[in-house]
Amino acid sequence: VRKRIVVLGGGTGGTLVANRLRGLFDRDAAEITVIDPDDRHVYQPGLLFVPFGRATPAALARSRSRQFRPGVTFRQAAVDRVDVGRDEVWLADGTPVAYDVLVIATGARLVPEETEGLTGPGWNEKVFTFYTRDGAAALERALSGFTGGRLAVAVLDLPIKCPVAPLEFCFLADSYFRKRGIRDKVELTYVTPLDGAFTKPVASRELGGLLADKGVSLVTEFNTGEVDGAGGRLVSFDGREVGFDLAVVIPLHSGQEYVNRSPGLGDELGFVPADQQTLQAKVKPNVFVIGDAADIPASKAGSVAHFEGEVVARNITRYLAGEPPDASFDGHANCFIESGSGKALLIDFNYDTEPLPGRFPGRAGLPLLRQSRLNHLGKLAFGWLYWHVLLPGREIPAVHSQMPAAGKHLPSAGSRSPSGKGR
Amino acid sequence: MPTITYAGTEVTVNDEGFFADPGQWREEMAPLIARQEGIGELSERHWQVIKFMRHEYAAKGTGPTVRVLGKTSGVSVKELYQLFPKGPAKAAAKIAGIPKPRGCI
Repeated sequence: VRKRIVVLGGGTGGTLVANRLRGLFDRDAAEITVIDPDDRHVYQPGLLFVPFGRATPAALARSRSRQFRPGVTFRQAAVDRVDVGRDEVWLADGTPVAYDVLVIATGARLVPEETEGLTGPGWNEKVFTFYTRDGAAALERALSGFTGGRLAVAVLDLPIKCPVAPLEFCFLADSYFRKRGIRDKVELTYVTPLDGAFTKPVASRELGGLLADKGVSLVTEFNTGEVDGAGGRLVSFDGREVGFDLAVVIPLHSGQEYVNRSPGLGDELGFVPADQQTLQAKVKPNVFVIGDAADIPASKAGSVAHFEGEVVARNITRYLAGEPPDASFDGHANCFIESGSGKALLIDFNYDTEPLPGRFPGRAGLPLLRQSRLNHLGKLAFGWLYWHVLLPGREIPAVHSQMPAAGKHLPSAGSRSPSGKGR
Repeated sequence: MPTITYAGTEVTVNDEGFFADPGQWREEMAPLIARQEGIGELSERHWQVIKFMRHEYAAKGTGPTVRVLGKTSGVSVKELYQLFPKGPAKAAAKIAGIPKPRGCI
């Protein structure tokens, strides 16, 4: 009997897991269907460069359906809800789609309307986000006309996709204004709800130091309650204010709305709770989660979805063979951090090991947590790898699902951060 | 780990004063912890949040974030900050005798 594997979402995680599964199952053993409401796949890491005129929104998007291996069916449709009790997905047009295994890969969604004032006066005029193509394009126009004043970059709350992107924006903005010869006329401020520049201590110190080097002021433990675009103020819930002439905000994130319409599937924010090792959804053993849609203590980043792909695909094959899941995800994430002036840092970490200095993937590799030209070239090369290696579900040579320890300057075992502790 | 005495009972806390074992907490300790957090009198609304924190911890193994509290506790984020000015998630967790909320990356 052909098994029916249904993947919701044709972004990074959905595409690469569908392609991996196609390689693992004969066509008469399993049919693989990916469902997504549109046929536009956006290379999200590229959005960071749009505001600075270094990438165009059009160049970042390709057809979703063309990223699949032959034998993967793409169905362009919106999902109304999942009935996990009956193993059925209900499409928005009222059609049921039955499955043996379901993969949730529908990512995270921006909900700017959840922050008071954010989508009010000044939205996309004085207050922007670069997390969408339209927003990034509007910000590019605003930046090119910006001749000086206060620029605030604000993370409103966590979780967000790519938690390093707002820091990268600050570093690139510093370079950008320098190049235009107006850096001394721009006051740059980074506003975060965290108690430092980043979630993990060693990287937080390093990145905080980099902000200071570039003359970016850091405002911490700022939980933004209101964005007053007309008045040019960010107001925290405890009554503090940061003034701006131009604000770049990372809006709150949620899971997709169909998750909230699917009894038992998601949490309060619409993310899907899953076992952080097996990536099996807590609601039922034949539901798996990959990428930003998951409620697990890992970064919402493409590299995480890539490393999860191997684990999810293997555990699905085991589930369909009547075996318990044995593949285990260690929380591995790997991110290039653009630091401006043609340089970048690289960080590599997992649930147990915070980003540390050293080299990746081994002692002769790229420098970790340190600016270098090589890392910048790595970041640029990654765009090609994304479409040609990562999405097709191939392995990147020497880069594995499990985080490598060789090359890292590991502290003694006792001082590692405990498992599962996020902030 | 350090210990601290509330209402005549010695309890184990971490460096920041969060309970290591929520089982050691009793209701009469809450006003004493609250005072250390700069909250003079615990109102009915404070208690609604404190009880919700304990309920969530028992169900999920971690206290909720401020955003989740605002969505699920019946108290808006704005009011949460009025009740616990230093930061609702942390202060309410401490007063409710549960470990520091994990938050997310």
